[in-house]
Amino acid sequence: MSTPYAKLPAWADYGLIPLINLSVAFIVAGFVVMLVGENPFRAAVILVEGAFGKGTGIAFTLFYATTFIFTGLSVAVAAHCSLFNIGTEGQAYIGGLGIALVCLSFDSVLPWWLIFPMAIVAAAAFGALWGFIPAYLQAKRGSHIVITTIMFNFIAASVMVYLLVGPLKPVGSQAPQTRNFLAGAELPKLNWMIELFGAKIRSAPLNICFLLALAMAFLVWLLIWRTKLGYEMRTYGHSPKAARYAGISETRIILTAMMISGALAGMMALNPVMGDQHNVAIDFVSGAGYVGIAVALMGRLHPVGIVLAAILFGMLYQGGAELAFEMPAISRDMIVIIQGLVILFAGALEHMFRPYIQALFASVSPKSVGMQAVKGKGA
Amino acid sequence: MAQAAIELIGINKSFGAVRANRDINLEVTRGTIHGIVGENGAGKSTLMSILYGFYQADSGEIRVAGKPVSINTPNDAIALGIGMVHQHFMLVDNFTVLENVILGAETDALLKSSIAKARSELERLEREYGLEVDPDAIIEELPVGLQQRVEILKALYRGAEILILDEPTGVLTPAEADHLFRILKQLKEQGKTVVLITHKLREIMAVTDTVSVMRQGTMVATRVTRETTVGELAELMVGRRVLLRVEKGQSETGAIKLSVKNLTVKDSRGVTMVDDVSFDVRGGEIVGIAGVAGNGQSELLEAISGIRHAVSGEVMLEGKPIELTGKADPGELRDRGLAHVPEDRHHVGLVLAFEENENSILGYHDDERYLKGPFLNVDAIMADAKDKIEKYDIRPANPRLKTANFSGGNQQKIVLAREMEQDPGVLIVGQPTRGVDVGAIEFIHKRLIAMRDQGKAVLVVSVELDEIRSLSDRILVMFAGRIVGERGPEATEGELGLLMAGVEHQEAAE
Repeated sequence: MSTPYAKLPAWADYGLIPLINLSVAFIVAGFVVMLVGENPFRAAVILVEGAFGKGTGIAFTLFYATTFIFTGLSVAVAAHCSLFNIGTEGQAYIGGLGIALVCLSFDSVLPWWLIFPMAIVAAAAFGALWGFIPAYLQAKRGSHIVITTIMFNFIAASVMVYLLVGPLKPVGSQAPQTRNFLAGAELPKLNWMIELFGAKIRSAPLNICFLLALAMAFLVWLLIWRTKLGYEMRTYGHSPKAARYAGISETRIILTAMMISGALAGMMALNPVMGDQHNVAIDFVSGAGYVGIAVALMGRLHPVGIVLAAILFGMLYQGGAELAFEMPAISRDMIVIIQGLVILFAGALEHMFRPYIQALFASVSPKSVGMQAVKGKGA
Repeated sequence: MAQAAIELIGINKSFGAVRANRDINLEVTRGTIHGIVGENGAGKSTLMSILYGFYQADSGEIRVAGKPVSINTPNDAIALGIGMVHQHFMLVDNFTVLENVILGAETDALLKSSIAKARSELERLEREYGLEVDPDAIIEELPVGLQQRVEILKALYRGAEILILDEPTGVLTPAEADHLFRILKQLKEQGKTVVLITHKLREIMAVTDTVSVMRQGTMVATRVTRETTVGELAELMVGRRVLLRVEKGQSETGAIKLSVKNLTVKDSRGVTMVDDVSFDVRGGEIVGIAGVAGNGQSELLEAISGIRHAVSGEVMLEGKPIELTGKADPGELRDRGLAHVPEDRHHVGLVLAFEENENSILGYHDDERYLKGPFLNVDAIMADAKDKIEKYDIRPANPRLKTANFSGGNQQKIVLAREMEQDPGVLIVGQPTRGVDVGAIEFIHKRLIAMRDQGKAVLVVSVELDEIRSLSDRILVMFAGRIVGERGPEATEGELGLLMAGVEHQEAAE
């Protein structure tokens, strides 16, 4: 017989449990802060105020969140097809190359609203290409996607280093980066949006890529749960045998899913490249691809969860930077530890507290759990 | 007065709000074979898991040999002399018999004395109970029947006085099952107590002394086996009278709809699984393929349905050939009117993590009815799912419920509804009622016969001989990848059993 498991009401599943996990992560992080001789409560206040206290802080938080939304969505799309895309980092990096080519070619002749769509297409196409090769090797040769995508991160890094110290570097420049883009390749800021709420902003990089990211989150939701392609991807993701039975081509679905995943990763580059730095510099992705894995897992592979998790990580990045500035004992590495703890409790140990919570719910109100299983005892 | 080996008194066990066991009382007499029957989900396995220490009862008392005991882990159960032979063997495939037997009962680091002791003890047990197995054979090289013997030896080696067997014959040939029953009787004569969990009533009648019937978590009756009948037990199990044999009229056969010629299929290791098989299925008939699991039936179905590539041969669907080598596409075959209910509904026929409505279009998700451009037509899919739920009495009637939360019988109905409602010309069905309870079996059989009466060609593969015999108009028996005989539905079980065991085939070859 099947063993029925107690089920939790949705609000506990999607609200209470993540909240508990997060709280525990912060409590443990608090102990770490105490260990280095700082006051954890003051640290927490600085972190939160740094992220959300002022208009500029909010803008920075959302700027980082934008990046993580793209990489989180990228990981999630592949994961729905049971492909663990660790190559988001490299796909984003190569996406940057596509953007550089478009911007460097047209920034002197076209306005931003013409360059932006072209750059989106180029970023997505380059990212998709970088996802396509490992996907092809997986589908046709059985090379494991986890291994190949990791390798492709290194290849991407090497290719970009070569290009940025060579062909793409302006003659005479000492910096390993492209020349700065002209005004035609600079994206409009969204600072007015935050100023609407009365907050003051000095310079902050939040730009229209944030809106693009939200639009992509919606499109990913549409793709996964409302299209035939998404249905096929999920079928393959849950059971390759069922997909074969249903006449879904394994090769086609792996290639498609990885190309969409790569395209989303590539689009991530728009945010820092066109929205902030206005050039393509070495290592501009700086680990956002890997953060995307944590964001996707924490967001339970659902776009809404991913947006929320991305904002949380944006907060940790922005508030963490403030914290490192305000409390010299807390170095940049300490911030990484705190982020690591969040990933550990919210991602890896996600189910640690679940059994206790279920037991609690079952004893307090048996009706809230497992009613479906009762009804399931029909015929 | 015979003494009770086990007494269960007022056992209750709930999972969340599901009451898997309700106030169960059971007394098993020492030195008898006691059967426990019930539909899937009746609570048999839960009860035995409580007795073996996998679960703890919420309330109630367990007595072993008259003394109240608490069993919190399987080790407690073993210490009390209770051994269990699981439905899915708990053996290490690449260990020898001997190594498996001492696993978990080792006494020294280098195993030298453990092995020596185990060897002599094993020889004694084998002699005493007729459980011959080569102690140095590797498990994966042994046939399933012998692997099961190793499981029994494992339990006996640990000093089991009470042996629980969970669905032991599911994987055995009729001959192997008979041998198992002889072993069980021998164990009984030596004073051991056996608890046999099964849903096969015939086995209960053949081997047990006493039988207890469970239904929906409660113990509904205990009978002395020779004073009861299969009919009575079946009725107790489902709470109403069921047709054990489906009533069906004479079939009116039409043109050949599915024709298989010289089909040969190899598995991924290159072993020939289907060997030069030829047969036809006409409209208006059910052709049943009998055979012990693993004799090529699965591969045959997979090849015909386009899931597995064939090496050679020809399959004609409604007179037109099917692409067999290389580019077979199950989706295209569906469009041509070939519906397939696969053997493994958990991994192939369904995506258990999907909602019911999503599964009701699996494989037909290309169909325009379910789509609006590239988008799924959610309203149409829902309406369609609701319609099928009603027609096939799928319970609970909730198309949004996760498929894993349906019972086995209802899951099978989801697959059948999907495949039959497409009005296919040819329906191929693997294990139509595996893991399905009696009530649903009757429903499924009636549906299959209705398909036949509509003039469809139906090909059924099942390891349940009863099912093959009651459904089929013609029976083909497969052994070692070949069709070794064709019989009518009036063939006796013994006759088919011999064919399934390859006896006639081997004699003919000699």
